[in-house]
Amino acid sequence: MLKILKYSFYDLIRSRWSYVYFLFYLILGFVLLFLNNDVSKAVITLMNVIIVLIPLIGTIFGVMYYYNSREFTELLLAQPIKRSSIFMGQYLGVSGSLALSLVLGLGIPFVLYGLLQSNAIFDFSLLLVTGSFLTFIFVGLSFIIAISNENRIKGFGYAVLLWLFLAVVYDGLFLMSLIVFEEYPLDTFSLVATMLNPIDLSRILILLKLDISALLGYTGAIFKKFFGTDLGFLVSMAILFLWTVLPILGLEYKARKKDF
Amino acid sequence: MTIEIKDLYKQFGKNQVLKGIDLSIGEGRIYAILGPNGSGKTTLIKSILGMVIPDKGHITVLERPVKKDWKYRKKIDYLPQIANFPPNIKVKELIHMIKDLRNSPSAEEDLIQLFGLGPFLGKKLSTLSGGTKQKVNIVLTFMFDSPLIILDEPTTGLDPMALIHLKQLILREKAQGKTILITSHIMQFVEEMADKILYLLEGEIYFQGSIVELLEQTGAPDFEHAVAALTITENHAEDS
Amino acid sequence: MVLHNTYHRYLLCLLMLLLGHPMWAKTWTICPSCVDSTLKGTIARAQANDTLLVQKGTYREFEIIVDKPLVIKGIGYPIIDGGKKGEIFRIQSDNVTLDGLFIINVGVSYTKDNAAIRVVRSKNFLIQNMVLEQLFFGIYLEKSSHGKVFHNRIIGEAVDEYNSGNGIQLWYSTDIEVRKNHVQGTRDGIYLEFSDRITITENVSMDNLRYGLHFMFSNHDVYTRNTFENNGAGVAVMFSKFITMKDNTFHKNWGTAAYGMLLKEINDAEIVGNTFEENTIGINIEGSNRIQYTNNDFIGNGWAIRVIGACYTNSFKGNNFLYNSFDISYNSKLNDNVFEGNFWSSYTGYDLDRNGIGDVPYRPVKLFSYVVNRTPETIVLLRSLFMDIIDFSERVSPVFTPDNLKDTQPLMKIRP
Repeated sequence: MLKILKYSFYDLIRSRWSYVYFLFYLILGFVLLFLNNDVSKAVITLMNVIIVLIPLIGTIFGVMYYYNSREFTELLLAQPIKRSSIFMGQYLGVSGSLALSLVLGLGIPFVLYGLLQSNAIFDFSLLLVTGSFLTFIFVGLSFIIAISNENRIKGFGYAVLLWLFLAVVYDGLFLMSLIVFEEYPLDTFSLVATMLNPIDLSRILILLKLDISALLGYTGAIFKKFFGTDLGFLVSMAILFLWTVLPILGLEYKARKKDF
Repeated sequence: MTIEIKDLYKQFGKNQVLKGIDLSIGEGRIYAILGPNGSGKTTLIKSILGMVIPDKGHITVLERPVKKDWKYRKKIDYLPQIANFPPNIKVKELIHMIKDLRNSPSAEEDLIQLFGLGPFLGKKLSTLSGGTKQKVNIVLTFMFDSPLIILDEPTTGLDPMALIHLKQLILREKAQGKTILITSHIMQFVEEMADKILYLLEGEIYFQGSIVELLEQTGAPDFEHAVAALTITENHAEDS
Repeated sequence: MVLHNTYHRYLLCLLMLLLGHPMWAKTWTICPSCVDSTLKGTIARAQANDTLLVQKGTYREFEIIVDKPLVIKGIGYPIIDGGKKGEIFRIQSDNVTLDGLFIINVGVSYTKDNAAIRVVRSKNFLIQNMVLEQLFFGIYLEKSSHGKVFHNRIIGEAVDEYNSGNGIQLWYSTDIEVRKNHVQGTRDGIYLEFSDRITITENVSMDNLRYGLHFMFSNHDVYTRNTFENNGAGVAVMFSKFITMKDNTFHKNWGTAAYGMLLKEINDAEIVGNTFEENTIGINIEGSNRIQYTNNDFIGNGWAIRVIGACYTNSFKGNNFLYNSFDISYNSKLNDNVFEGNFWSSYTGYDLDRNGIGDVPYRPVKLFSYVVNRTPETIVLLRSLFMDIIDFSERVSPVFTPDNLKDTQPLMKIRP
């Protein structure tokens, strides 16, 4: 698996898109810090970028890579290599190189700016950690979509729909159901609904740092316990981790059943 | 036995491709798998390679069951039907990569020379012609020393010279006691090379035997007609 | 002639005090093994204007009534242990000084407001350098005036509101200075009721159950440079007029009904140069009119300002609104308040004429804040792409938020 990972990783590191992605973050980081000169604002803007853009790039990139490397995959399948190693290697190669672009692209300007001395370092690392998690999650989901659809157009379509659903539509439905059932106690429901969407979950994780003052404004005992203690952070992190593992298991399962 | 197949079934969607294949393939022979388009040749080969997961049935390669195993593929050299290589890497990188992945001794130098691939080593695969790609494909297959060789349409796009080299290669490997499976549409090539014919029709083994036996059974004047006759007989059978 | 005489006597007294050689003002030393081993007994024997020096040790006494002008000064923080039996000091005379005592164990009662120190109908008192612990009420000033409460440390362990008291309470008292005190763990840190012309300066009030500072029916009071942290709510100003609130810090007042500042039925106040940082609600305003909010900093609050009910002719000028989850929240469609020349960190407009003022007005009220007011659980959707889209469309064409609620002159740069 490590060899496959190595080849996928090098393949991607050499590809134009990784550079574009890396440069995008690099420029974003520099613009936010050196033009605005304001770490707190930069963190807020970055949060919006991270919870919207990373899933989108992750899905598109994942699907694209899978379809583009299908020939290579078939070549590998006839070689004495474990099947799941092939897909895991490719998956880790893609998500690893994307996550690296993110961490380096944003990390370099922040380090140059002197963030290591600033007290925003924790918020910032949290951003990078959730960003990396989201990359792994969405590349995994996109691999599952691609492996289940021979037709590229369909695969792309489903991937974009998945992103659209989790990034926007889900929250719309969520809001509507909260308003429709507002007479009922909703804090458990709203927390569970948040956990079921990795984008919302990452958002909450960052909110726990940025907007804790507002989150603590509500009466529900479960909310209080969740937001008021470290419990919220720990639970969210654990579930985010689970969200990362599930697509990997799904991918393994799909890869085992798939005919080439 | 090199390969043992028992009661093999495979369905793609509604399309039943393999309908109960039973097959034994012995050592040191060249087997040709023939059949019309869509008769299940490639599916059969891919099942042996573990790329297609059978719905039912049992395959062993060199006494090892194929299911949930991958190490047996060390003993197989496979030449895929259409050489679909990653486009943006160079020929020598590809050879290097496959060597690295298989991690077994290889003899690519002679083969490269034999097929005159030297000038192409530094080129990207996407810039090569179909024939050259096939030569690369052949090099990748024959550079290892495995007891079982599977060739899916090996002659595609080859010039006469390369074809002669290919035949020599196959015979040389056979002389070393290896088992070789070939699918091809070129009957002349099959007639020249194969010791045994497996004729697949609609997912079943319709004929199995040597060329002499085939000629006897069909009563056709030559091999090419004999194979054609197999198809026609089937059609008659369906009509009646 | 009489007047002349009194003047002489005062002068002489002062002279003697300065020389440290009192003629009739005597200094008494109290220690557990001395002849004078109790405060109560010594006070009874002492004459007006005497000084009592309380040496280090523990004195188990309560209901110590100071009914003549005395200076009672502790040396090395002697402990006065009330044994939870009732009130400890009760000052019933003008010109009393209490200094440097460590008072513990005030009796908790459900019928009487027992205090560690109660001052009743007295003037010119000075209570300083005291440490009060395990208390019910701390310092209770009743119908007193012209006194000073300076540099005391009041540490309570209040858990429930019904059986806890306030740190410093002023009731019908006037012209008093409360300065440099530290109050924590009580019900209200500092509580004023019917008390006018009080100055409250440089105190720290934290971890109190209810409010750090609480005004009821008190007018013309000034509080400056105080810090209010992690109280149920920072400061509650209710039913009062002409209060000046300047340069205070309101920090981390978190919770369901936690405010940096709660204004209820307040008129004609001035709120200048305060810092509201990381409170659930920076300022909660209810039925308050003619208030000037100037040069305050609102940083990282859940809601910087929440306006409930009718509030008229208030003006918000030159404030910094930095990274609050919500800058302003309204619950009505009407607006009669002026927002002008503030800095808003979420402002995204431009300044083509480079005069430092944004060319596009800023609308500080998000539609989402209405949604959250209605269904609180929707707070979990804060900063989601979906809500941002909705907020954006509302900002472009306001339907639910007051149309004229905008800062027409938003600053491009943060006010230093």
